[in-house]
Amino acid sequence: WVKFLQNIMATKTKRIYELKWNKPSDCFILTDTSRNIIALSDSPHTHRVEFTQLAADYKAVNLGQGFPDFSPPQFVQEAFCKAISGGPQMHQYTRAFGHPPLVKSLAKFFSRIVGQDIDPLEDILVTVGAYQALFCAFQGLIDEGDEVIIIEPFFDCYQPMVVMAGGKAVYVPLRPVKGSAILSSGDWVLSADELASKITPRTKAIVINTPNNPLGKVYKTEELQMIADLCIKHNLLCFSDEVYEWLTYDGAKHIKIASLPGMWERTVTVGSAGKTFSATGWKVGWAIGSGNIIKYMKTIHQNSVYHCATAAQEAVAHGFEREYQLFGTPESYFQQLPAMLHHKRKKLALCLESVGLQPIMPEGGYFMVTDISSVKVDLNDPNTKDELYDFRFVKWLVKEKGLATIPVSAFYSPEHSKEFDKYIRFCFVKEDSTLDAAEAILRKWSQKE
Amino acid sequence: MEVVILFCILLQHVMMSRHTHAKRIEGLDKNVWVAFTALAADPSVVNLGQGFPDIPPPSYVKEALAKAASVDRMNQYTRGFGHPSLVKALSQVYGKVYGRQIDPLKEILVTVGGYGSLFSAIQALVEEGDEVIIIEPFFDCYVPMVRMAGGKPVLIPLRLKSGKKTITSADWFLDPDELAGKFNSKTKAIIINTPNNPIGKVFTKDELQMIADLCIKHDTLCFSDEVYEWLVYRGHQHVKIATLPGMWDRTVTIGSAGKTFSVTGWKLGWSIGPEHLMKHLQTVMQNSLLVIEAVAQGLLLNYELMDQPECYFTSLADELEGKRDRLAAIVEEAGMTPVIPEGGYFMLVDVTALNQDLSHMDEDEAYDYKFVKWMIKEKKLAAIPVTAFVGEESTKDFEKYIRLCFIKQDGTLDAARSILKSWTKV
Repeated sequence: WVKFLQNIMATKTKRIYELKWNKPSDCFILTDTSRNIIALSDSPHTHRVEFTQLAADYKAVNLGQGFPDFSPPQFVQEAFCKAISGGPQMHQYTRAFGHPPLVKSLAKFFSRIVGQDIDPLEDILVTVGAYQALFCAFQGLIDEGDEVIIIEPFFDCYQPMVVMAGGKAVYVPLRPVKGSAILSSGDWVLSADELASKITPRTKAIVINTPNNPLGKVYKTEELQMIADLCIKHNLLCFSDEVYEWLTYDGAKHIKIASLPGMWERTVTVGSAGKTFSATGWKVGWAIGSGNIIKYMKTIHQNSVYHCATAAQEAVAHGFEREYQLFGTPESYFQQLPAMLHHKRKKLALCLESVGLQPIMPEGGYFMVTDISSVKVDLNDPNTKDELYDFRFVKWLVKEKGLATIPVSAFYSPEHSKEFDKYIRFCFVKEDSTLDAAEAILRKWSQKE
Repeated sequence: MEVVILFCILLQHVMMSRHTHAKRIEGLDKNVWVAFTALAADPSVVNLGQGFPDIPPPSYVKEALAKAASVDRMNQYTRGFGHPSLVKALSQVYGKVYGRQIDPLKEILVTVGGYGSLFSAIQALVEEGDEVIIIEPFFDCYVPMVRMAGGKPVLIPLRLKSGKKTITSADWFLDPDELAGKFNSKTKAIIINTPNNPIGKVFTKDELQMIADLCIKHDTLCFSDEVYEWLVYRGHQHVKIATLPGMWDRTVTIGSAGKTFSVTGWKLGWSIGPEHLMKHLQTVMQNSLLVIEAVAQGLLLNYELMDQPECYFTSLADELEGKRDRLAAIVEEAGMTPVIPEGGYFMLVDVTALNQDLSHMDEDEAYDYKFVKWMIKEKKLAAIPVTAFVGEESTKDFEKYIRLCFIKQDGTLDAARSILKSWTKV
């Protein structure tokens, strides 16, 4: 923290500042005399960076970071190459709020699903990854002092984005139902009473993520309806992060909260070409919603990056055209990808069970969370003794077993992280050879016990 | 019954108005590009408006991108903070240009276009109540970006030396006393753009020294937008303010792959500066690894060729100088007065001599806005109004100018010539 302060002081030499530890946000916040936030120290966000480095240092089999180690489907790769060799306009600026072929194909595709006539120019904003869509939503719609409800466990960027917009994060955890063995992400639920109790006159928005990262929960209609009822009753906005929308297993159905009555006009739905077409590096995402809300996000967009890369948008447009034609058929990538991942999900679950770990079968997404409380290991590293159990376990697992994962308490607020420090997250969207290597490590481990 | 309905409508209005935007975007929704790009999008319009090439980029960068796309691994996320191959290539190229060692991991940030670098720098270093000096005419995003960060833009115009027959961008200058008067204890930074968009002025070493002296005296930062740095014409030299004594430690310099390699649609840019400033510049948005690799390769190739005629940085400037002169001749032929730019790919044109009557158009708009709209509609030729680049007080000094972009195929310039020729015949 001293170094952090020194760096701040080096640039801002002329003001009086106040430095406070902000417990809910788990960081230092520097404010000026008018209470405006100047800077934040490290947020939980940096844990992900820390663990990626650790995995690299120990040359571990990496089931930590969430991206495929296989290639995108042939048809999008071809579309990209075609775009690159297209006319010169493919390498120049396109429409700032989204390349026309892309917004048209997105509007056509999603109108059918949402049950709403989506206007390609008014109701869609194309962004640099879903990440930037979230950024525009928070920056454009959240003001100083606004409260934003975040459901835990949450994708780690939501919290710093709320804070950066001057808002206050209010957390509600998903909890495992009491009684029976927790076998599925469907067994983690939101208490309607607990959620309602968190709403105050200052609550501006609620952030939901379905399918959820890290748990893999796919919210059912009744659950979304409960959230929708509260949004309508208290006039809240809803930011719905649906980047894993095509990845559902065992017949779980992805439901869009924006399609429920009264929700279209208050919901921003975020999507990702990276997750849709297994091309996370392309950084093409979008926000879809009522033009009355999207227009504020456009103002942020036009004053931050203004345009997104043209060729990648052209390729994604072709991808959606193809999927529109093949929707619901076996050739659709949106059928094939979840089918392929279904088998990998099963493979990983069996490996984990074989060493006495208890996986929570995800109904959707890229990840599997595993309960590690039954495993007895000697975490005797003095360097980590002050850290939460799952952090210590993950570091031990990388160093001693060469297997990289992510601790789940990193996806919780400081006030709840201690309750959830017995879980770690695996990514199973990997080549079979990577999963085989993980299996070998786990088998060796269980044989030694 | 009517009372109940009225109450419900009122209530709904009150409730819906809660979906208000954050205060930070207040008044920032208008944007000249959004307005004029739509007008110029009509394919029958000859577009000399928005600043992007209609000439192809060098084939080797396109090939590098295609090659990268065929490598599986390259389609996924890259490392969060800076990709090694690109920042290394940048540190090599700019190390040579700056004449100093530039740390690739600590002194360079890669961003989504030059635009993204401006955004990162302003968000990181400008805070509520800070004043930021902006020189008019300015690339239009500087003012809304400063305001969005809570800062206060303080404008100072470039002024035209009177009396000359042939006007070039060098005839526009900053009044030293006027500039000195804009600095005070609240001044956090000054934004400079050289070569300048839209005038094309290439600031001389003396002019930059004058600015540097004030920065040092008042302990002010400098954001130097140098996206057109390679596009400088014969007889002129691009000088980096960061190379002047005492300036490296207080300057963030911005560059752009889009402008460097004629690939504006790739949206890749960079900021270079001292570690103690750069570490505050975060970028929320990452670049595609494919584009990163292709740009890195393009930079390395041209690094080897630097100072030779085959170097794209030199050859593009040569090509554009010809187009510049061609467009200037076309404009003069049509009876208008060009301001010959020393750098960049834009030309200001004084349309006064045409004496075009626009009294039938919207009273509230500045003359150049009316002129350009009329010209697009009636003459099918698109330009950009220059008052989009100045504050309200300077409107009257700049509303006789329109901005033309000349990084266009000869065919496009020929089409513009035909339009202008037939125009004056009427």
